[in-house]
Amino acid sequence: MLTGLHAMRRSQLALGFATGLAFGFILHRSRVADYGVLIGQLLLRDFTVLKVMISAVITGMLGVHALVSLGFARLHPKPGSLGGTVIGSLIFGAGFALLGYCPGTVAAAAASGRLDALLGGLPGIVAGAGLFAWAYPGLRRGVLRRGWFGELTIPGMLGAGRWAVVVPAALLLTAFLVLLEISGL
Amino acid sequence: MSLQTGWHLSPYAAGAGIGILGWLAFLLSDRFIACSSSYARTAGMIERIIRRAALEKREYYREFPPRIDWEWMLVAGVFIGAFLSSVLAGGPDLSAVPPAWAGWFGGSVPLRIAASFAGGLLVGFGARWAGGCTSGHGISGTLQLAVSSWIAVILFFGAGILVAAALSALAPSAGV
Repeated sequence: MLTGLHAMRRSQLALGFATGLAFGFILHRSRVADYGVLIGQLLLRDFTVLKVMISAVITGMLGVHALVSLGFARLHPKPGSLGGTVIGSLIFGAGFALLGYCPGTVAAAAASGRLDALLGGLPGIVAGAGLFAWAYPGLRRGVLRRGWFGELTIPGMLGAGRWAVVVPAALLLTAFLVLLEISGL
Repeated sequence: MSLQTGWHLSPYAAGAGIGILGWLAFLLSDRFIACSSSYARTAGMIERIIRRAALEKREYYREFPPRIDWEWMLVAGVFIGAFLSSVLAGGPDLSAVPPAWAGWFGGSVPLRIAASFAGGLLVGFGARWAGGCTSGHGISGTLQLAVSSWIAVILFFGAGILVAAALSALAPSAGV
């Protein structure tokens, strides 16, 4: 692993910015930062968002697990709990449909002139995150602990090797994309 | 208008590009692409300006200190990258009410801004409750095969599909 580079704070800030530049460019060019495209996905009429996400997951999964197998990277699976992951995701999903952007695409939409993203969505997300910070001490001792399963991964849960899950997962996700194309979606 | 044909990227090329950015983030930075914690840090920075003493008591900001980090720079980069993309496509063209929304609820700017703010509140609150958003859980977590992220992305879209269907049913006009 490039631990020397990882510890260089200013270079890392520059790398974060460069990654974001490319990410923002792609989000805008692929139209996923367009309200109509995201709502079209949630109404199951336009599958652009899922196509982008699934091809990112397939590409990313193969490469990142190869880097891990070669000793060039380590995974950082997010910990979870039923009380945290399930309830939080349902709240997020409801807001996602009302806003029509997510925390990444709202920045891209705001920068490309969408004033609802700039004046409504961005301050709303900051306020919502701040509200969570305010509520956090109580939640942390209560609901966020319920059904704690931690940094569990699917290979860990199945007791299988990483490639025994990565290869079938990549094939299944590719089959899903092929199916979308065949059905004309 | 920035809608001339030819400026779009195919969803598969876009996805492959995001996947490769994911490799670089793991290799060069020991990080993964994610966005929502930057909003919590920003909320902390704002609260620090308003009332410094209260902030120091906030347990959450000990876990996510309100300072600029890799991920915060990534969100800043998303803003600039999307701006450059829209300039190269002949924009940015300003608009406040997306056509699909206007088809449902009409062209009122205050109504759309208020709905966006309310949706944003839920998105920000829910993302921090779930520990990630469509990027951190939806792409970076699922590619790591994290159980939390697969649950999250299924429920993000599950709840989103239900609420979008409800909005469509409640809308005064037929819309999209």
